[in-house]
Order: sequence, then C-alpha cells, then structure tokens
Amino acid sequence: MIDMRSKPQPRGSGVTPSGTATPEGSFPAAGQAEAPLRDLSLTIRDVTAYYGKFRAIKSISLDVEERKVTALIGPSGCGKSTLLRCMNRMHEETPGGRMTGHVSLHGEDIHAAGVDPVVVRRRIGMVFQKPNPFPTMSVLDNVAAGIRLNRFWVSSAEVKDRVEKALGQAALWDEVKDKLNQPGTALSGGQQQRLCIARALAVEPEVILMDEPCSALDPIATLKIEDLMRELTNNYTIVIVTHNMQQAARVSDKTAFLMMDEDRAGFLVEYGETKQLFTNPKEKRTEDYITGRFG
Amino acid sequence: MAKARADIKPSSPNTAQVVLGLLGFRHAGTVNWTDNLFFALSRLFALAVIAMTILLVVELLQGAEEAIRKFGLGFLVGTVWDPVTEEFSTLPTVIGTLVISFVALLMAIPVSLGTAVFIALYAPAWLRSPLSYLVEMLAAIPSVIYGLWGLFVLVPVIRMSQMWLKSHFGWFFLFSGPANYGTGVLAAGVMLAIMITPIITAISRDVIRAVPRSQVEAMYALGATKWEAVWNVVLPYARGGIIGAAILGLGRAIGETMAVTMVGGNAFRFVTSLFDPVHSMASQIASEFSEATYSLYVSSLVYVGLVLFVITIVVNLLGQLLIWRVSKGRTTVLE
Amino acid sequence: MSSRTSGESLVTTPRHFQTRKLVNRVATVCLMACAAVCVVVLVLILGYVVYRGAGYINWQFLTALPKPVGEAGGGVANAIVGSIIVVGVAALMAVPIGIGAAIFLNEFPSGFLGRAVRFLADILTGVPSIVVGLFAYSMVVAPMKHFSGVSGAVAYAFIMIPIVLITAQEALRLVPNTLREAALALGVPRWRTILQVVIPVSSRALLTGMVLAVARALGETAPMLFTAFGNPYWNFDLTKPMATLPLVIYRYATGPYDEWHAQAWAASFVLVVVVLFASILTRSVLRSKFDA
Repeated sequence: MIDMRSKPQPRGSGVTPSGTATPEGSFPAAGQAEAPLRDLSLTIRDVTAYYGKFRAIKSISLDVEERKVTALIGPSGCGKSTLLRCMNRMHEETPGGRMTGHVSLHGEDIHAAGVDPVVVRRRIGMVFQKPNPFPTMSVLDNVAAGIRLNRFWVSSAEVKDRVEKALGQAALWDEVKDKLNQPGTALSGGQQQRLCIARALAVEPEVILMDEPCSALDPIATLKIEDLMRELTNNYTIVIVTHNMQQAARVSDKTAFLMMDEDRAGFLVEYGETKQLFTNPKEKRTEDYITGRFG
Repeated sequence: MAKARADIKPSSPNTAQVVLGLLGFRHAGTVNWTDNLFFALSRLFALAVIAMTILLVVELLQGAEEAIRKFGLGFLVGTVWDPVTEEFSTLPTVIGTLVISFVALLMAIPVSLGTAVFIALYAPAWLRSPLSYLVEMLAAIPSVIYGLWGLFVLVPVIRMSQMWLKSHFGWFFLFSGPANYGTGVLAAGVMLAIMITPIITAISRDVIRAVPRSQVEAMYALGATKWEAVWNVVLPYARGGIIGAAILGLGRAIGETMAVTMVGGNAFRFVTSLFDPVHSMASQIASEFSEATYSLYVSSLVYVGLVLFVITIVVNLLGQLLIWRVSKGRTTVLE
Repeated sequence: MSSRTSGESLVTTPRHFQTRKLVNRVATVCLMACAAVCVVVLVLILGYVVYRGAGYINWQFLTALPKPVGEAGGGVANAIVGSIIVVGVAALMAVPIGIGAAIFLNEFPSGFLGRAVRFLADILTGVPSIVVGLFAYSMVVAPMKHFSGVSGAVAYAFIMIPIVLITAQEALRLVPNTLREAALALGVPRWRTILQVVIPVSSRALLTGMVLAVARALGETAPMLFTAFGNPYWNFDLTKPMATLPLVIYRYATGPYDEWHAQAWAASFVLVVVVLFASILTRSVLRSKFDA
C-alpha cells in the first residue's frame, strides 16, 4: 500500500474538514484531529482538471467518507460533473481531458504508476445522468455486462446469482424477474436508471458515483432512487452530483458546495455535514446559494 | 410613396400563361409565366431520370426477348452454354459470381471493419482525415487499372501461393483445381476484396462514429478495456449499419466487370475450388459479346445482363434499406 | 472474484486481468494492421503503375497513333482525344439533366415525384456498368447497326446522371434558405433566384460534382466494349467507333505483346493521374463543405 503519510493529511475532528474561504481550498491547520483513514473511501487533494487549455476546476480537496452519501452541489457549469469524473479516471477519456492532483482510494493513489484505469473503474463505478442501458442486450445481459468481462473465470451460475443479487439491491428484482430476457430499453425511464444502477452494482464496486441520476426522471421514480441510495449506503459509498438542493438535503450525509470564479474554473466553497451546511452554513456564499439569492 | 414595381404586381394573364395554365402548370406563389416554364423544365429533367430508368428496363427486356422466349426461366437453372448448339443458360455464371463475391466479402469484411474501427475510435485526430482519404482513393482507381495490376502483379503471387498450397494441402477440395494459372476464383476474390474495401470502410466508419458516447462510457464505467467496450457495445450497436455496408459491398462486387475478366480465368463451369477459372455474369458478357455472331447469342448475353441487373438491384436495395433504417436517410452512397 | 472482500491493492492485478489487458493490446495492434494493409495495398497499386508507366511516357506516346500490330512504338493520342470527346458529349447530356433534376428536387415543392427521383438516382448508381453498356448497345448501336462514339456517350451519360444529380442536390441543399427568402422578398422571381442566387453560391460544389462524374466516367471500360468499341485511327466523327483510353488499356493488357503491355502501363499512368487528380480535388472541396 502506498504510504499516505508523506501527503498532506486530512485534518478534522473525524467529522468534517471544511473548505476555507480562499479559492485555493486549503485545509485549516491546527485544532482538528485526523480522521481515521479507514473511514475515508476517497481522498481528493488539489485536483485541478482541464479540457485542453481550459481549466474547469481548480485545486479541490475533500474527503469522501465510507458508507455515506456525499453530495456535490452548485450552479450549472461549476465543474461538479468534472470533479466526479476525476474520481474514477473517466475524465481522461474525454478528448483533451487531463487532471493534476491526487485522488486516492482507501489510501492508494489511483494515478500511481502500475495502476490501470480499468481496475480503478471496477472499484469505483458510475451511473450517468441519462439512463443508458445497452439496447442490444436483454435486462439480464445488461446487468451481467460487467461481470461477463471476466467470463472465462466466472461460471454462468455465478453470473445469474450475482445478477439477481444486484437487481435486488437496486430494488428492481421484483419488477423485472419475469422480464429478464426482454431488451434493456423495454423498461420505463425510472426502471432503466435502476437497471443501470444494478449494472454498476453487479461488479461489486466500493464507491458508486452518480452524475445527476434523477434529472431525467419523473418525481416518483426520483423518490424510488433516493430511497435506494439510502439503502445502498449499508454496503457502498456514494457520491452524487445534483443540481437539486432539496434532493441533496434529503439524501446526503455530507455536502460540498462548488462555485465558479471569474475564469469559469470551479472551486470548493464549503464542505460539511449536510444538516449543518443547510441550516447554518459557514460561508456567506453558501448561504446565498441555498437561500436562492443567486442562480 | 414609392412607385409600385411592375414586376411584382400580378399581371393579367397573357397567352403563354393561359397555355401553361391549361397544361396544368401552376406554380404556387406566383403567376409569373417564366417561373412556370422554369418549373416545367426542371420537372422535365426529373422525369427524364424516371424515363431513363424505365428505358433501361425496357431495352434490356427487348434485347433479351428472343432468349427469354426460347429458354424461359429454365435459363436460370440450366447448366449448358454452347454457342455451337445454340443452347444457353446461366446457373454456373450466377454461382461463379456469387462465389467470388463471397470470397471477396470474407476477406474484405475483417479488414474493412478493422480499418473503420481504427479510424473512428483509435486513430489520433490528425490521422483520421488523411487515412479516410487514402482508403477512399482506393475507390477512385478505375477497375481496368485494377485488372491490369492484378494481371501482372497479383496473379503471379497468387500462382506461387496456389502451387504451395496445392503441394501441401492438395487433398482439401478448395485447393484441388489447376494451381499453375494464377487466375481463377482466388485471384478474382482478392481483387474484388480490395475494390470493395473502401465502401465498406467508409459506411462502417460513419455508423461506428454515430454510436453515442454514453454507451461507450457506460462500458468503461464498469471497468472494461477499450477493446471490450468496442466488441461488446459499439459493434453490436452498429451492427445494422455494418451489415448494410457489407451488403452494399456485395452489390459492388457482383457488378464488377473488368477486374474479374482480367484475372478470373474466364471459364464457364461450376466452380469447386479456389483455383478454378471462373466466369461471373459480367465477365462473360464482357468477353463474349464481341464474338456473338447471331441474334440468339446476343440475346442470351443480354438475358444474362438482365439477371445480373435484377440481382444487383435487389442486393443494393437491401443494403440501402438497412443503411437508411440506421442513419435515417442521411447517408448517400456515392463513391 | 470480488475485490471488496479480498481488499486487494489497485496495483496487483489478478491473472484474468492480465489476460484481458493482453487481449486489448493485441486487438489494438490488429486494428492498426488492418488500416496499414489498406494503405500498403494502395501504395503497391499506385506505386507500381507509376513505376511501370511513368518511364514510358514521352511526347510521342501522347501524340502518336498506335502502330500496327507487332511494331514497336506508337502512342495513344487518338484514345486520349477520343475519351475526351466521348466524355465531353456525355457531360453535355448529363449535366443539364442532373442539375435540372436536382433543381426540381430541391428548389420546388416536388413531393412524391421528388422522393421517387432521388430514390431512383440512388439505385441507378448501383447498376453495373456493363449493364449500362448493354442498354446503350440496345438503344443506339443496334438501330445504327454499327459501333459509334455517340453510343459510348449515351452509356457514359447514363452513369454520370445519378452522380451529378446526387451531388448537385446536396450542393443546393447547403445553400441557406435565408438567401432564397431574401431574394424572393425583394420580388425576384423564382427562376431568377435559382439562376442568379442559388446556383452561383453553390457553384463550387456543383462543379466538383461534375468533375467527380467526369472522373468516374473516364475510367469506365465495360460499357465501351460494345459501344464506342475502339478505333486505331484518328476519328472525330461521333457516328463511327472511337478509341477511348480505358479500352486501349484493356486491349493492350490482355494482348500478347510486351510492347502492348508497356503501353498499357503508360496509358494507365495517364489515366490514374487524371482520375486521381480530379478525385482529390473534388474531395477536398466537398469535404470542407460537408464536414462538421
């Protein structure tokens, strides 16, 4: 395991290291004890991401805690999705995408030499804004898609078991257990998104990143997925990007508020316990945003 | 107040307009008779396109009439072609055409698809255009030059390969024909494969580029390698268009004349091995037409042409249909 | 197989993953090889034509008539001129029809007829050129009872019309509607709008479509086998057989004399230069207009 001690340690009382007012997002110094490393799924340090020459986010640092829902909120275009995609090395798949800084999964740098992004993405899964089941595959094949990448080492019985388990965890099993052979696109929008969640769960990741998972869905489907998220925290760590503040307030344990500066680069304004951030935010800008004083 | 302009005021109808109006030429929006004339003229040209298609079918039917009367549909399943006894039929050439075309497809599809995937998904941005260009240049080379190159460069190489294959694997039925000519099914197949690669590549490349990025990213998010994403998601998604591209390539191979005439061996027979000399319908017409000395002979060759025409149209229609379904009609097939 | 329970590091990769990585690398290499094969074949063909053909080109080759069978020397001047004449006459027939029909399809409400015509044009591009030759034979050669340049022109026109129509329609489609509306709003009648606004604006694309069609026709041999038929002498009379370059290449290539073969390569070189030059020219213009 790569030694984390040489890197800036997360400070905080085991509850929250909060971002400061400066755009650089450095951590406050004295007075706060270190959070135990095993409670942290992802540690993000000084991440700056670019699309070609354009700097989309600058120097963001935060810690994602294990088995909690962490929400990223902020106005449109402030880099929430970009930050999310940096967490599982998806950002580098975008043409022109590159990042600096460190992201660590349970203490291991995901950009270290010898680490293949493919392995990182197995352990850090992602669900996208618009449900994207594979249209040429059945419901079962969709969920099994990730498992079957290792098909020569996994028996078909095990595949079926894991599909059933994943669909159960995604609260979809009862609705589709008779429809396993129908094409993935035959389901409703909300079901499709839960299918995508099941697909992500099937490879048994540790962290699940969700990029505005409900924005394309109706309110009822949205509620179902929000309930699902709370249930999933029994076993998984979840990071969700949402532009819906009420959703963040309902669903998340910790919330990070991002904003754009004059160069249109996103930066971290405040990061803390959801309850505290929404009722008693430390930053005025946060307060302005959640009370709707600006967009 | 500006004077009203004379040319936008609807004028009272003159003789020309009355005549045109009576003839049914009434163009919505203006009573201007020159507009109507222009409209009529351009419509005439459009009708000319329809006329030439009809004319094509009519002339083919007329030319083949004598042979159709004599042989009927038995022409399609008979096996004899003898100008001396005046017995003609076309089954062996139909089979020959299909055999060389399928041999060509077998070789062309993997290479074309691989090239298309490479250009669409793997090549760096600066390489995509030049590479596509180069592949399309293959389509611009006239077929007689392919034939010439095939005759003097490809055939000797194939002859050597054939002789090697025959000496080592001559027991295999595909390698059982006369190996020492070099011309034959294999040579024609290779030639056609080169010639249809550009069309399959170009269409496949466009279809693959149209696969939504979100599909590929979904696969990456599950921890797939690039090839796994391509194989499991991109290619199945693009399947319809790729098959359409292959069918259009097949259509092109079926109709190809000069290259097959020059390297195919020109023999009317049922082909049983890769080394056999062969006639396609097109190559038979090309090589025998100038020797057709009496009308039934000529008519039979036109009948072969008619069969070729029908087969090509059906295949191309199928391919076009598939492509249209996939890309909603925005691809034109023009090489 | 779950890494959650085994708590393994990101760096240690199990055997199955090594295999998948290997497959990925092999696949990348294979794909590169496919593209390389296409380029190599192109270079082989063009290179060989240049290699065998370029050396034989001289002024005599381009300006002399073919010598009698078996004698050395001689040229393909009559074939070059003949090709130009036959294709030129064909263009005179094909361009008005193709562009005229495209105007009908794009500038007027053409409805079902318009869709049918475009559909037919797409189909016609797939008709084998030998079948077109049979058509021209049946329509022109048979009634005239002898081969002629004009029958060759008819065959070429048949091949060219769909190409001109399709490229012209695409060219006209690209002209923004605002231009038409501006002219019409000024009171310019429709026919004038088309002739003096739309066509000039799309003229480059229209021209390149024509060049594309001409380049395609120049290389077609099959129809010429029994229409223009070829001619060893100078002939400017369209009603008589005419020599064309691709026909010469075919006859010389399949003949028994080495001298003929050498001339076939040289004639191919000439044809390739012309055809490729035209194609590259048109593609660079078309691409810049059509690419996103």
